[in-house]
Amino acid sequence: MAHDGIGARLPRKEDRRFITGAGNYTDDIVVRNAAHAEFVRSPHAHARILRIDVSAALRAPGVIGVLTGAELADDKVGGLICGWMIHSKDGSPMRAAPYAPLARDVVRYVGNPVAIVVAETKNEARDAAELVEVEYEELASVVDPAAAQAPGAPQIHAEAPGNTIYQWALGDKGAVDRAFAGAAHRVEVDLINNRLVPNAIEPRAATAIYDRAEGRFTLYTTSQNPHVTRLVLSAFVGLAPEHKLRVVAPDVGGGFWSKIFIYPEETVCLWAARRLGVPVKWAADRRESFLADAHGRDHVTHAEMAFDASHKIVGLRVKTIANLGAYMSTFSSSVPTYLYATLLSGQYDIPAIYAEVDAVYTNTTPVDAYRGAGRPEATYVVERLMDIAARRLRIDAAEIRRKNFIRSFPHQTPVIMNYDTGDYEASLNAALSAARYAEFPARRAEARSRGKLRGIGLSCYIEACGLAPSQAVGSLGGGVGLWESAEVRVNPVGTIEVLTGSHSHGQGHETTFAQLVAERFGVPTDQVSIIHGDTDKVQFGMGTYGSRSAAVGMSAVNKALERVEAKARRIAAHLMEAAESDVELKGGEFVVAGTDKKIAFANVALAAYTAHNLPPGTEPGLKEGAFYDPVNFTFPAGTYVCEVEVDPKTGAVEIVQFTAADDFGTIVNPMIVEGQVHGGLAQGIGQALLEGCRYDRDSGQLVTATFMDYAMPRARDLVSFNVSTTATPCKTNPLGIKGCGEAGAIGSPAAVINAIANAIGVERIEMPATAQRVWETCRAAQAAVAAQ
Amino acid sequence: MAQINVKVNGRAVSKQVEDRTLLVEFLRETLGLTGTHVGCDTGQCGACVVHLDGRAVKSCTMIAAQASGSEITTIEGLAKGDELHPMQAAFHRHHALQCGFCTPGMIMTAVDLLRRIPHPDEATIRANLDGNLCRCTGYHNIVKAIAAVAESGAGV
Ligand code: FES
Ligand code: FES
Repeated sequence: MAHDGIGARLPRKEDRRFITGAGNYTDDIVVRNAAHAEFVRSPHAHARILRIDVSAALRAPGVIGVLTGAELADDKVGGLICGWMIHSKDGSPMRAAPYAPLARDVVRYVGNPVAIVVAETKNEARDAAELVEVEYEELASVVDPAAAQAPGAPQIHAEAPGNTIYQWALGDKGAVDRAFAGAAHRVEVDLINNRLVPNAIEPRAATAIYDRAEGRFTLYTTSQNPHVTRLVLSAFVGLAPEHKLRVVAPDVGGGFWSKIFIYPEETVCLWAARRLGVPVKWAADRRESFLADAHGRDHVTHAEMAFDASHKIVGLRVKTIANLGAYMSTFSSSVPTYLYATLLSGQYDIPAIYAEVDAVYTNTTPVDAYRGAGRPEATYVVERLMDIAARRLRIDAAEIRRKNFIRSFPHQTPVIMNYDTGDYEASLNAALSAARYAEFPARRAEARSRGKLRGIGLSCYIEACGLAPSQAVGSLGGGVGLWESAEVRVNPVGTIEVLTGSHSHGQGHETTFAQLVAERFGVPTDQVSIIHGDTDKVQFGMGTYGSRSAAVGMSAVNKALERVEAKARRIAAHLMEAAESDVELKGGEFVVAGTDKKIAFANVALAAYTAHNLPPGTEPGLKEGAFYDPVNFTFPAGTYVCEVEVDPKTGAVEIVQFTAADDFGTIVNPMIVEGQVHGGLAQGIGQALLEGCRYDRDSGQLVTATFMDYAMPRARDLVSFNVSTTATPCKTNPLGIKGCGEAGAIGSPAAVINAIANAIGVERIEMPATAQRVWETCRAAQAAVAAQ
Repeated sequence: MAQINVKVNGRAVSKQVEDRTLLVEFLRETLGLTGTHVGCDTGQCGACVVHLDGRAVKSCTMIAAQASGSEITTIEGLAKGDELHPMQAAFHRHHALQCGFCTPGMIMTAVDLLRRIPHPDEATIRANLDGNLCRCTGYHNIVKAIAAVAESGAGV
């Protein structure tokens, strides 16, 4: 039998349905008599709603109903929530304003939903939506986070004076001030972490059904965490109690965090299904995805780092303004705080860190977590500073990092995190040798002979995954626990079903979770089914994001498997008339040590269900559940090396080589892990070179609202990546897994920008480093040289 | 209403649809062939690619009526029964898909690419994927899968 346990490069079990067109995505699901929804959205960034006239729309062909915020309020449907309380440094709670699923009095961003039109066909709904007349009084708007705090800026919510949601701080300010006062060298940088649109290729969609006889709702939706969706819709929005609401997230076409949040559209569809008495189906078009899916990043940062005479870091000071958009989305408050500032120590032994973060409202689409969520922003700050310091202090970019690495574990940083294990030198060395770093000068010289500027850039990232120890999360303001649940059901014939609260939307859980079972029980993976994404089947779960499925979800499965094994062993020992302690599980069989007595796992399963001969006091059946709550975060880390060629005549940047050396601890399926890294790298490189969400400063219009205006990375923008891993298994979970889903997006932007800066010979260039920006930077650099 | 007479995956179909019906809507909603996806509204993502008389087209940028009289192959019609098309098999073997949403369009594009250019180098493969977006894989394994099929000569 082929090895298909932990470590096997097993092709994915789920592939067949996707490559044959048999996937079952939300918009593919056909519900009898379903009506179609179209949202009427604000065309203005900021305006008062004076009047909404739906009469013409109601008379249009096929229209079943048109609902506005007034009816929503009549039905006492609650507002959407932000689930993480942040306190400002003065102790006051964050100033979260109400977030109504349909705006009633004021619209606050272009795309803010105002009404829902439900009709028999999609085209009828669209046509009728055009007939909804909304009279607006336009108000001044602000889209830039720094401008939002300026005196006289338009006030977006009465609850948040000066548009400031919180002014939060982490670390020891006094220690940092003292470190800077006594430092031999100081470097500083101003950075913008550009706003991004997640753009999973499957747009969001929902079908909501209300069963009047049972008083029960079903919501099919593009979600990464159906149980959390159900919890929020029940407990906060108040649409249905949990036992009367089934949320199903079937095949989901990518998420990158954007399908975690509880959004207005899905909520309104669910309510409309009950109010109008028809199933309501909605599928976003791409323009709506741009307007209505939570955006990512959007930080403005000033950062300073201090060094002693031997180039050891003595302090880090960071001030960030984070744009949270027009309303506070589900996890938005935690992203620029506990998912960001806690990672500012990077891979380095930094004795003193102080970070201040202001979160502001602007007249833009809500901003929340996007692949990496806070950690890419932290890595970008730290790794840009390291590069600038190396340049100013005239030492090699690898050496300055090596000199400052944390080398003993566990390591307590000054910003909450306690790193359990790591070997940063190992991943640095692996990356440098794979990238042929030592021979770079020859390559640079050769490129110069062709008129090209060749540059190399490093980024040594760290991230905190395995979200998260529930108690720690609770003490920091989180509204939920971040454990995971699992149930393992062994059938009488020995096939196995694993129910998990994790959700796969591309990660390959149907394969990797089955590998875990194969490893333990020796059953082939095709005899294992992984069941997820349906609140009627899986009791509870926290879903998939933050690279948590392997580290937390699999740990829960592992715990349930242990319990199944313990019971099966007891039954096997009884059947073989041996002491339990003499019975071992080997290759799918229970054997009595030192004898030829054995019994196949499947036969033990059968015995558990026939129950003819069980040990005294043993219940029939073979099924166990478990909840796993992590005791710490996990800390994947690694080094990325990017090599670019810049054409100074056109500003075009070509990535000629990209090398990644990651430490993810234990790896269940290297093929899938490499795929996760490839995808993350593409998103990070996209951020560095291409992607930038733009709002018009005066009108607040989203200028980049299609794939023609927002540059997504395409195949020809990228190269084949050179990826490898080193491993220091995580010490705080049973499998040693750290998580791999976000690393690529976290580590790569700084590597790309450092490479471009190195090529041109400048300190600073903003993301996205478009050809125009690069060309201008080259021209300015040439002018500066000429002036000397 | 428009009368559409087409052959889809070898089967002749005749249907009346609203004039403005897009080919992708006809396939997904009228015929229930939901393997063809919609990822954008500007003809940029390629999730909707099908073969029309043997050539790759974006079914979101065509009115169904324009396709009347043609032979269409969708992702559902690519395998021969249980036997996968070599491109499907290569996508599986090389892990060229994650969420699977771009995959049908990507496979249909890739098959057409090798029909036009049987032995492309990596740069040519990448350039010819310009009309298809994938947000999950970083294209690395997609390029690898297409190159593997090209090398084996099994593409057409
Ligand atoms: S749906 Fe056809 S190109 Fe995007
Ligand atoms: S596999 Fe998800 S978009 Fe390509």
